[in-house]
Amino acid sequence: MAAPKFETPQLTGHRVIPILARDAMAASKPYAANALMQQALGFPGALVDDWHDKALARLGELLGQYRSLKVYLDACVHCGACTDKCHYFLGTGDPKNMPVARQDLLRKVYRRHFTLAGRLFPSLVGAEDLTRETLDEWYTYFNQCSECRRCSVFCPYGIDTAEITMAAREILDTVGYGSKYTNEIIGKVHKIGNNLGLPPAALQNTLEGMEEDVKEATGIDVRFPLDEKGAEVLLVTPSADFFAEPHVESLIGYAKVFHQAGIRWTFSTHASEAGNFGMFVGSYGQMKKIAMRVKEAALELGVKRIVIGECGHAWRAAYSFWNTLIGPIETLDSRYPFPEHICELTHALIRRGALALDPEANDHRVVTFHDSCNVARASRMGGVPGGQFTIPREIIKACANHFVEMDPETTHEKTFCCGAGGGLLTDELLELRVKGAAPRMRALKQVVDEHNVNFMATICAICKAQFTRVLPYYEYEMSMVGGVHQLVSSAIQLGAKV
Amino acid sequence: MGLELSGRTYDTDEEGYLQNLSDWSEEVANLIARQEDIDMTPNHWEVVNFLREYYTEYQIAPAIRVLTKAIGKKLGPEKGNNKYLYELFPYGPAKQACKIAGLPKPTGCV
Repeated sequence: MAAPKFETPQLTGHRVIPILARDAMAASKPYAANALMQQALGFPGALVDDWHDKALARLGELLGQYRSLKVYLDACVHCGACTDKCHYFLGTGDPKNMPVARQDLLRKVYRRHFTLAGRLFPSLVGAEDLTRETLDEWYTYFNQCSECRRCSVFCPYGIDTAEITMAAREILDTVGYGSKYTNEIIGKVHKIGNNLGLPPAALQNTLEGMEEDVKEATGIDVRFPLDEKGAEVLLVTPSADFFAEPHVESLIGYAKVFHQAGIRWTFSTHASEAGNFGMFVGSYGQMKKIAMRVKEAALELGVKRIVIGECGHAWRAAYSFWNTLIGPIETLDSRYPFPEHICELTHALIRRGALALDPEANDHRVVTFHDSCNVARASRMGGVPGGQFTIPREIIKACANHFVEMDPETTHEKTFCCGAGGGLLTDELLELRVKGAAPRMRALKQVVDEHNVNFMATICAICKAQFTRVLPYYEYEMSMVGGVHQLVSSAIQLGAKV
Repeated sequence: MGLELSGRTYDTDEEGYLQNLSDWSEEVANLIARQEDIDMTPNHWEVVNFLREYYTEYQIAPAIRVLTKAIGKKLGPEKGNNKYLYELFPYGPAKQACKIAGLPKPTGCV
């Protein structure tokens, strides 16, 4: 795997708007899904002959289905407020990565075919025919948007640019032009139950190994139950938590929390994935099919609560979409939120003194928190506005004595995406990923230089994998990133009386 | 896409992962390793062989913890960690070692 050649952005002390680099990222695109991957999702195996008509027909259907999409395509006045808000634009300088310009790739076609002015006087209103070149540009540049919605925060009209990206990707899938990374993964969820393709026997073996590890490290029998009927909680977590570093450290943290709180819980082989890539590709049908596995598992196991692990877009999918995708589920205990985030569960236990935590266990760390985009801008926690910001921070502060915030222009609802959300966490997009991480890296560098921060906590599997990969490009250790429940895992005093 | 070795072509995907598990041999592994700028030492082979054994049993590469534990047992506890595996396979033990072992690339948020 010869490493691709590109320059890592220099991190200067202040934010700079880059000099435009026309077509700098014109060659960056994910591998296309092959016929088998496409067909497994019910999409055409390759670009169909009548792609032009089919793409417009699908756009027409989406406009009818989602009034929001029509509003977003109509409302933009090209004021430019979004231009310098996108991490991919800031990192690459490619003008088509200005959110307004990226959206206009779809908007110009919408205007040509779906508005009167565009039909009659296309050149006066920026309307253009759908050409093969434009279709290819859709594939290139709508796969350079992580659907993080930072630009939307600054848009005076509140245009949700992610919805435009999702619509474009849905159209591309419909004409047989899907991304391998996302579509192969969705196929694995349908077939095996998780993004990794981890079969039940391997999952069982992995969890048994985890029990041995924790026993060896702590002397305590902490269980990692699988498919246990009658458990109170079904924990649905990204499958990366079973597989990768540093993800697994948080998985151990979840188990320790359940252990100490005396909550009977279980994983499910059928629903062994919290992530829902159906959202990334803008397909409500795929999203529903993926989410349905969670409902089926909850009913089969007879659980009372469904808790989501550290996964940003899983929380968005659950928080914002489950009510229509799979809810309500009558058998759940209505005293608990549906869905419930692992941070909500841990936070509630901390507040009522049910966990013995020793923050000194994390005294070797100076911790900062990276808000994950989907949690920050698409959800809440604790049923209160801003709970998605305060709850993870309060957990960290209960587990660590040294906590430092990054530049407020880069946290809370203004947080920067890690650079590989939205279905872009794939090796062929490494240049985009490294450059897109630059705004976050700049803010991190500041707290490293000023406060000796050595640990950036986050609650998203994609953030963890992305930072593990890109931190070394900025000359930081990959082990600087980890989970909030990794800190909980270190601080929790198993066996202590509470 | 493919690899050429001794007059035979082996199908690979866009990133150079073998398409057919049964195409794998030590010679093919050495060829992939050379393309990855990796000099295969006995310790590299321990990892590759373990991946293949695990895959045969479970149809998936082992989780990183499973791998580090197994390597720690074989090569000594000081080597049973993620850092050592990255020393052997700088592009990441899961992805690069799987490629040399002729296994599919792990997918998902990893």
